[in-house]
Amino acid sequence: MGTSRNYQTQGIILKQTKLGEFDKIITIYTPEFGKLRAVAKGACRPKSKLGGNVEPLTHSLMLLAKGRNLDIVTQSQTINGFLALKSDLWRMACGLYILELIDSFTVEGGENRPLFDLLLDILNQLSEPDSNETVLRYFELHLLHHLGYRPQLHRCVSCDLPLKPVVNFFSPSKGGLLCPHCNSEEDHRYEQIEAISLKPSLPLSVGALKVLRLWQSCDYATARRVRVKPELSWELERVLGEYIRYILQRELKSLTWLKELKKEIAAM
Amino acid sequence: MRLVAEPIARLIEELNKLPGIGPKSAKRLAYHLLRSSDEEAKALAEAILTLKEKIKLCSLCFNNTDCDPCRICQDKERDHSKICVVEKPSDILPLEQTGKYNGVYHVLHGTINPTQGIGPEELKIKELLTRLKDGSVTEVIVATNPNVESETMAMYLQRIITPLGVRVTRLARGLPFGAELEYADDLTLGQALENRREF
Repeated sequence: MGTSRNYQTQGIILKQTKLGEFDKIITIYTPEFGKLRAVAKGACRPKSKLGGNVEPLTHSLMLLAKGRNLDIVTQSQTINGFLALKSDLWRMACGLYILELIDSFTVEGGENRPLFDLLLDILNQLSEPDSNETVLRYFELHLLHHLGYRPQLHRCVSCDLPLKPVVNFFSPSKGGLLCPHCNSEEDHRYEQIEAISLKPSLPLSVGALKVLRLWQSCDYATARRVRVKPELSWELERVLGEYIRYILQRELKSLTWLKELKKEIAAM
Repeated sequence: MRLVAEPIARLIEELNKLPGIGPKSAKRLAYHLLRSSDEEAKALAEAILTLKEKIKLCSLCFNNTDCDPCRICQDKERDHSKICVVEKPSDILPLEQTGKYNGVYHVLHGTINPTQGIGPEELKIKELLTRLKDGSVTEVIVATNPNVESETMAMYLQRIITPLGVRVTRLARGLPFGAELEYADDLTLGQALENRREF
């Protein structure tokens, strides 16, 4: 950053909130400084030079000035506005979900360059016309990996024995899979305290496990070639969704909207 | 010890809550009101009270109004086959000031904001669809702000209204008068170029 008051960084705008009548506070995800919040002065004025460059879902190059409290965006130039993504309702909803995931999982100031690269890559992929739900699942899985929540998919998280090709059980609280034997022991333990309905683990089919293992170790270009049947896709969505919900301890708001939209699109 | 008398302090505190009014301006306004005549002060107080008493929402377009339906909805001269959809009541005034629009309005009272959990149910979208049902409306003009949230809503409106056989249009986007090309963002400039017109 040097001794100068000004510094330059690229970043992806995660969200913006209004500050006063004409200013905005923007949350940016940057490769060098992780998540940071800054003030975009006058961004709501019609003739603002910042305006469109600080909208969410934009990859921008920014010049910031150190402020007493929050830094101030002095200049901004769009590198990629993800225009194709913004012109489609479904992809826009996916994009907003991805941004909310990043915003919820990160704290200000924690540098995580691989996560930035993943975010940028996924937004680019989502701008491709043939992108589908695989993008979201791949992103969720790798987001968890980069944040230290990589799910254990090869060995039982309780007895540490390699998993057999049968229906295993995903336990969000243990962050991985339980073999059928350990799972029934868990069941027994929950039964003893009469809380079996609270037991969080979910069955995971052999097919879904294979897909998850592959996605965890491959790049997106390979991942997108996997054809996932609707039942399997639903299973993957549920398992990853439950795990994320367990870690964050809440449902993401944009996910609720994404689910509703999916239902509506399916109904049309 | 209090530095100013309680009634003045109270007025300063209340004025300070208004948008764009800081403690200094609040103090200046309070002393100005103190110096002004009784009539002037009373007129201001009354204006504020009647505002809160009389203004309600129009049952058709949900604009702020003192009569129901509002004056715009009642006006027989206006073209009732066109509905201009706006986010908030204050968006109507600038559109009216252009003098170029003779249709009616529909105020949604917000915008879809997935990340803040504001979905279509929280807005007056259902009411808009009800207005479109009798088939007399031929065009819906989406006049939402050109930002990501409003863009989401515009696309959502287009998706649910088009199947009803109503034409959905939106305000053009481009460079504001007096702006500089050099500083325009890609999205705006791209759209300005795409939607260019014959001289």
